[in-house]
Amino acid sequence: MKGATGSADPRHRAARPSLDLMAALLERAAEGVVLCDADGLVTMANPAAVRLVPQIEVGLPAPTPLVPPATPGSVTPASVTPASTAEGRSVTHDGRVIRVRVEEMGEGRAAWYLSEETPRRTQKTQRTETQRTEKTQRTEFLLEAAHRLSASLNPHRCARAATELGVAFLSDAAIVLLPPASRRRMEWVRAVSGRGGPDEGVLPAAAAAEVPGLTDALTGLHNGAGGRQDPGGTPDWLVPEGFGPVGHLVVLPLPGNGVPAGAIVLARRAGRPPFDDDDQVMARDLATRAGAAISAASLFREQSTINAILIGDLLPPELPEIEGMRLAGRLRASQQAGAIGGDFYDVYLPEAAPETGIVERPPLIILGDVCGKGARAAVLAGQVRHSLRTLLLLESRPDRLLELLNRSLLASPSPNSYVTLVLAALRVAPGGHVLLDLAVAGHPPPLVLRRDGTVEEVDVRGSILGALKRISLWPVTLDLAPGEVCLLYSDGITEAFGGPRGREMFGEERLKEALASCAGMPADALVERLEQLSSEWLCGGLGDGLGGVLGGGQRDDRALLAVRAGTGRTETGPTQTGRTETSP
Amino acid sequence: MTRDLGDATGRYLELIGRGDEYGAVDLAVGLIDEGVPAEDVLLKVIAPGQRRVGELWASNEWSVAREHAATAVSERAVAAVGGRVRPTPAHGRVAVACADGEYHALPTRIMAEVLRLRGWHVDFLGASVPGPHLITHLHQTGPDVVALGCTLATRLPRAHATIAACQAVGIPVLAGGAGFGADGRYARLLGADAWAPAADVAADRLAAGLPFFPATHEGAPDGGAGDGAGDGGARVGGEEYAYLTRHRADLLSRVVLSRVMDTLREAHAPMGGYSERQLEHTSEDLEHIADFLIAAMYVDDASLFTDFVTWTCRVLVARNVPAESVVLGLRVFRDVLTDCPRARELLAEGVAAARACCQPINGTQPITRTADLQTETSV
Repeated sequence: MKGATGSADPRHRAARPSLDLMAALLERAAEGVVLCDADGLVTMANPAAVRLVPQIEVGLPAPTPLVPPATPGSVTPASVTPASTAEGRSVTHDGRVIRVRVEEMGEGRAAWYLSEETPRRTQKTQRTETQRTEKTQRTEFLLEAAHRLSASLNPHRCARAATELGVAFLSDAAIVLLPPASRRRMEWVRAVSGRGGPDEGVLPAAAAAEVPGLTDALTGLHNGAGGRQDPGGTPDWLVPEGFGPVGHLVVLPLPGNGVPAGAIVLARRAGRPPFDDDDQVMARDLATRAGAAISAASLFREQSTINAILIGDLLPPELPEIEGMRLAGRLRASQQAGAIGGDFYDVYLPEAAPETGIVERPPLIILGDVCGKGARAAVLAGQVRHSLRTLLLLESRPDRLLELLNRSLLASPSPNSYVTLVLAALRVAPGGHVLLDLAVAGHPPPLVLRRDGTVEEVDVRGSILGALKRISLWPVTLDLAPGEVCLLYSDGITEAFGGPRGREMFGEERLKEALASCAGMPADALVERLEQLSSEWLCGGLGDGLGGVLGGGQRDDRALLAVRAGTGRTETGPTQTGRTETSP
Repeated sequence: MTRDLGDATGRYLELIGRGDEYGAVDLAVGLIDEGVPAEDVLLKVIAPGQRRVGELWASNEWSVAREHAATAVSERAVAAVGGRVRPTPAHGRVAVACADGEYHALPTRIMAEVLRLRGWHVDFLGASVPGPHLITHLHQTGPDVVALGCTLATRLPRAHATIAACQAVGIPVLAGGAGFGADGRYARLLGADAWAPAADVAADRLAAGLPFFPATHEGAPDGGAGDGAGDGGARVGGEEYAYLTRHRADLLSRVVLSRVMDTLREAHAPMGGYSERQLEHTSEDLEHIADFLIAAMYVDDASLFTDFVTWTCRVLVARNVPAESVVLGLRVFRDVLTDCPRARELLAEGVAAARACCQPINGTQPITRTADLQTETSV
């Protein structure tokens, strides 16, 4: 390329593409090209150059983004023709970052090559930060640090963000070490400029001693003093293979909630300038912010781990395979972020070893609803499920079980321990039938989907539990033929307000109709479809989130549990080809 | 190891059509035992079978119950395939979820299994995942990426909120599923970091790497991924969208519906009127039409709406419901929405699309679906 634009040597011109063609090539180049004569006046500029720097005009001196601002009068040919560099420099002009490269063209002429840099985050790591003004860099750092370190509540992601910030603004490599959790091993996260995303690993805690000051930083003894370290004898694990010798190190503690949140190590290669005072200030700022983010995230993780353990028992159980039938359940809690609430269902399989004197009984299912919502209700629901498990060791008749449960709820110290529920013992009968011994305590009676597609309500009722000393129950036994379904549900389903017009109750009739449309479906598909219809009703088709926001109405927990007689090889029910809704 | 699996797909369809869970699972697992890669069983047997189920439903050859039964069996088959193979961990962690309100979980589920087979640590969060639930999960597990499935375009506004929320906590989003448009145009519009039309492409795309920290789209310079997705999700929604969303209930009020019904009764009086059952269905159809209109307003794309109208007309025609009823319904909407010029434009285009479907028809003719809007087509 060099010399191709020159017009000095006519011998070359003949052998090369015509001048017109050369001009057209330049015309359409994406890179801006500007040619200046020995006096610093522009003799040629292609459209790309003018697009980037509109001030460029042929015949006038090269404008400022090309020529660094200089004191007036000192514009001599020598000063506008700095030594060419392979990389050039980055300048900010009218809000754009432009890379400027200069080539000497002989006879005092200079050619400027201009290209715009995409201000991409990923490229920040490759930029040489020394070329930015300190102030812009500091503002950018603060914005970026605030943005990225506040985003996550996950300690690892915070640590990764910290290392990336370190590499983007301060060093060639940044390593965050998280305090040893097990005393023996510590986790590390490392970012290196120009090498993709951060990598992670684990180290023996003792290795910290190999980096001067690191042990103190990790234990919090080295109290934010920071400082330039002599990198002599940098351990192998600190930087990846091929990084080259380390020239400068900064080791800083990450301050946490009274205990250190870890430490950060920033490394520059040998030959790079040392960390100056501004760098030190920025490094400390990074450490402070990263420490706060990591320790907040660690707190959140601790809390959510505890939370997960506590609610583990309150979540609906995995439904087991029971010979001769299929079970399927769905539970949606009213509170979105938590998966627990006052509705519950459970399955109690018979004990495996009847010879231990434990009462032999068929498998049992329950579905119920305790007074209230959210975590408080979930705790009571968990107690009910657990009480039943214990009571089942002594008693197996559904009505007797409910009486005992009533007494235990009355004795409960917590107020408003009211519970409604349906309890069913599941017995397999000849011919693929299933018999359900049903007892209902203050709960909506179950629905039955018959083979011919009709839906009926089971005639069974009884009083609510936890309110009165004596309860009355009218249990029944229900016979399901193969393919027939008994559906237990909570009033959150039927009392859902919504629908296309937003203020209507879903109601029993709609539920029955919906169930009738599920004839022939496996239990899984059936409950999923009913849950979907109910959710769509609640939200007026807008989806859970927005419906909840726009609907503004109080939402209830919703539970469904279906028992379908027969297993796997399902007989497709009466094939209905009647018109159904447009959304499969 | 290329083998024509067309045969197996046919048998598979037959089995799920009978709701034969064991048969379908045995077939899928049997193929793996014969040496067919698990990914092929998912993408060349189960997914096409499931696609065919959607077509059979649309053409009224299968009832909705049969379609649901088949889908439930496929869910089990996918689970069985996943359980059969133990992949070696090769990649990071990915959270796979369906957009809020999205219940067509199977395509997303299949994508989750394909990613698992490719060595990702996958958390599959299931159908209709509310935003707060997903974000809590992200904080707790810190995955490298979220894969978000959306099959119905009506869920796009919620999907958009979810994409923004994931990116705000620093996790990039790969969008997938027919809801994002056949060419992924809505994924791009809503600022997703990447888009994939199918599960295997999603896996390739993720293996190629996504930004560790996505750009946020408010005022920030574009930081989208190299495949063109993510050029800022700014210009969506708009006043008319907000108005329609707020007034959806009014649009579907009894008054409006009864106007549609009256028009329909009048139009069909000579043929002995419109049955009550038909009227009820029409009301449901109008709900869908309103939702697709709202979605089309959100992304400001008339083709989203007209494709849906065409598709609806074909589904109706397959069920012996004249497409004229859609024309009438759209006209009533247009008359009611006096303050929404853009919505009226879309409705006018919808009328034209519906008109094109108003040919004399033979009620049982099979339909070819041009707009794969509603069924499991993303895999």
